[in-house]
Amino acid sequence: MSTTKKDNSLVFSRRGFMKTTSLASGGMLIGFNLFQSCKPKAEPSIDLASLNYNDFNAFIEIADNGAVTLYSPNPEIGQGVKTAMPMLIAEELDVAWKNVYVKQGDLDTENYTRQIAGGSQSIRSSWEPLRQTGATARQMLINAAAAKWGVDASECTTSEGVITNSKGETLGYGDVVKDAAVMEIPEEVTLKEIKDFKIIGTDASNVDIDKIITGKPLYGLDYKAEGMVYAAVLRPPAFGQKLESFDATEAKAIPGVIDVVKIGESANALLNSEKRNWTVVLGSSEKVVVIAESSWIAMKGKKAIKANWVAETTLESTEFQDEKLNGLLDGNNFTTLREDGNVNKAFASADEILERTYESPFLPHNCMEPMNFFANVTADKIHLVGPVQTPEFAAQAVAAMLERDVKDIHLEMTRMGGGFGRRLYGDFVFEAAEISNTIKKPVKLISSREDDMTMGVYRPAIKYRIKAAVKDGQVTGYHIKEAAINGNMYGLIPNFFPAGAIENYKVDVANYKSNITTGAWRAPYTNFLAYAEQSFFDELAEVMNVDQVQLRLDLLENVKGTTDERIQYSPERLQQCIRMAAEKSGWGISKDGVYQGFVAYYCHNSHVAEVAEAVIEDGLPVIKKVTCVVDCGIVVNPLGAMNQIEGGVIDGVGHAMFGSFDFKNGAPTTKNFDRYRLIRMKEAPVVETHLIQNEFAPTGLGEPTLPPAGGAVANALKAATGKRIYKQPFMQDPSFWKTPEKEILG
Amino acid sequence: MPTYQLKVNGISQTVEVSEDTPLLWVLRDHLDLVGTKFGCGIAQCGACTVHVNGIATRSCSTTIAQLENKEITTIEGLSENGTHPVQIAWKEVDVPQCGYCQAGQIMTASAFLAQNANPTEEEIKNAMHGNICRCASYTRIKKAVQNAAKNIES
Repeated sequence: MSTTKKDNSLVFSRRGFMKTTSLASGGMLIGFNLFQSCKPKAEPSIDLASLNYNDFNAFIEIADNGAVTLYSPNPEIGQGVKTAMPMLIAEELDVAWKNVYVKQGDLDTENYTRQIAGGSQSIRSSWEPLRQTGATARQMLINAAAAKWGVDASECTTSEGVITNSKGETLGYGDVVKDAAVMEIPEEVTLKEIKDFKIIGTDASNVDIDKIITGKPLYGLDYKAEGMVYAAVLRPPAFGQKLESFDATEAKAIPGVIDVVKIGESANALLNSEKRNWTVVLGSSEKVVVIAESSWIAMKGKKAIKANWVAETTLESTEFQDEKLNGLLDGNNFTTLREDGNVNKAFASADEILERTYESPFLPHNCMEPMNFFANVTADKIHLVGPVQTPEFAAQAVAAMLERDVKDIHLEMTRMGGGFGRRLYGDFVFEAAEISNTIKKPVKLISSREDDMTMGVYRPAIKYRIKAAVKDGQVTGYHIKEAAINGNMYGLIPNFFPAGAIENYKVDVANYKSNITTGAWRAPYTNFLAYAEQSFFDELAEVMNVDQVQLRLDLLENVKGTTDERIQYSPERLQQCIRMAAEKSGWGISKDGVYQGFVAYYCHNSHVAEVAEAVIEDGLPVIKKVTCVVDCGIVVNPLGAMNQIEGGVIDGVGHAMFGSFDFKNGAPTTKNFDRYRLIRMKEAPVVETHLIQNEFAPTGLGEPTLPPAGGAVANALKAATGKRIYKQPFMQDPSFWKTPEKEILG
Repeated sequence: MPTYQLKVNGISQTVEVSEDTPLLWVLRDHLDLVGTKFGCGIAQCGACTVHVNGIATRSCSTTIAQLENKEITTIEGLSENGTHPVQIAWKEVDVPQCGYCQAGQIMTASAFLAQNANPTEEEIKNAMHGNICRCASYTRIKKAVQNAAKNIES
């Protein structure tokens, strides 16, 4: 990348964040901002003329030999965008995918000083801008070739990196890159028609696959720097407690322990400064930090600290939370997020009313790579390296906390050993920075699994109470109440199905503030809401004596032609998923000993239908298979998409069946994988995936298959056992406890 | 601190660590072999799996003092250039999502196939049950182990 500085022929784009240069070593370099360009309506915030290459975070390099390299500094959390996003560029650049190299610029501290958050980008938002980037480069190469031949650019065509004119003469991209680099950037480019796609829609392997299978350093925990020491942080064992005093004598006596320090003052000063609300992630207690020569000694030293903690606020228990949430559901302190018609009238005139309450526990994220971060705070600059999904936010908070200029901060992101929402919160970044600032050394903050599971930003426990009115064989009223912790469903969620399908419809929400930190967990809110609603529909169909699939198809019929702009799901597309799932799973065709559960759901702009199949083995229900139909528009990388779909379904099945997380005296009762049950190989169902083929612009895939899975499982368990389950995790239901005295369901 | 002699990926190494140090942290912090991952520290997730005399072993719960004269193989030493049949199968099937647990999965699978080159589906599930994949790429892990078995056979 050193060649990028030898730019001798800059051309500024009038179109936006894009710039080309010819390389001293030969070839052409196109700089753009991978993530800025994914915000279609984003206005450049600074004068384009003042831009230099430090303002770009992605580069396309086309070498003299025609080889294409895409440099991107921002790695990913496992959802495959690092592979799929370059595919969009390569498609319009019109080069062979096998000749495209994707390189991570994560150690290029000179060039990448500007990192943009990676939390919310998706194929959906990059679909047009990234293709335009590739198409622009292609057009410049064509223009260069046309000028060389003295022909009109419109006479030229391209294929796999070769330009051909009407006489049949050819030039490779490498032959014209030098000329192209000094050409004007075209104002407008034409994108390919879908039928002409050669890369989009084909299978591409994970671009990091070779490094992963050979164990190369990739993740935050793998990062090392000269003179780096390790830090293990002792935090309050319970939410609501704070540090009173500690004795580090024993810890300091362990060979390899360098120091024991206290942090939290800077964080508290920031908390109290009212500059911004950072409370969600900082915590108010001081913490004790063991600094050591190695990870093991740091963890060992932490265990040797004798600390006294005092309660500052309520030490919550699961029973306390249950009581609070039930109180909210029974009370009248709701905020109405959507109201159509009059639900009370519908209930007053109903033939039948069904009302049910659904409950879910807290959930930790349990990323396989525990939270960690590297920090080196010096008088000149602050160097931060590690896995975080919100680097800009983290950098701002660190700057505010240490009273430094944010320009002093250089933050590099590493590949992440899972995210699931946890790494949106930069608590571990702030801690690492405060530690380094205190000890004046480069430091790697590490967490044990126990730290990770007990310092969470959890999916909070939620309860839903749903009530429906049935009259003359129709659903005439639907009222859902949400009781949540620290926040409620947001955005368009209250307008998801069945909004628009039922005349009298109401969404009410209430929450209480807990001192337990809570936040986003893969598919926030819908990860549990989908189960509650879809399980309710299953029971409603029974009450109405109609088929579960037919009930959903009929309700969706009511939504067709809606002019309500809040409703973004498509009844036609969801119906298509439902019909295909019914057909592919053999819905309604009885198979001996196989019990099916049906679900259809829309979230994250994608439409999904799932059918789970349960069998009884050894007296207990087991989910053997899930048929999953997904409409996410055009599928950019089917190989990656199938992985996301299968993983989302199995993750959803696993957490609905097993995910359990309780509090006692403010502390989680589960701290490691010996007691926290994640789904494993033998419990993982077969996932049969069908993708709806259409030409809609692509939508999300990392999350949408997870929420419906819990509902499909609940409905299949009902079919298998006759028992309807209103509380997650399902396998904690007493009827599924297998004891020697009791052959449960066999 | 005491000194220990180790043989890792065919190379003799000397490390000076406390006797209770788990092999995992010797590999990661002292020998710069960071391919072996830390997941739980209590032998429950399998991310730290290595081979000790060819047997799949949880390096987070095996102390350095237990390893004198043992042959240790890590993901970095499984093959010259990622050419072990299990690695090839992992690539063919495109198993990883986040990828963090995969070194442990590959080490478990390769030790298993060395003992049972022609496993049934049930045997594969049993063998891989101790390794957690939080992204739940289990469908592909199973498929890759099946492919690797075929690769080894031919």
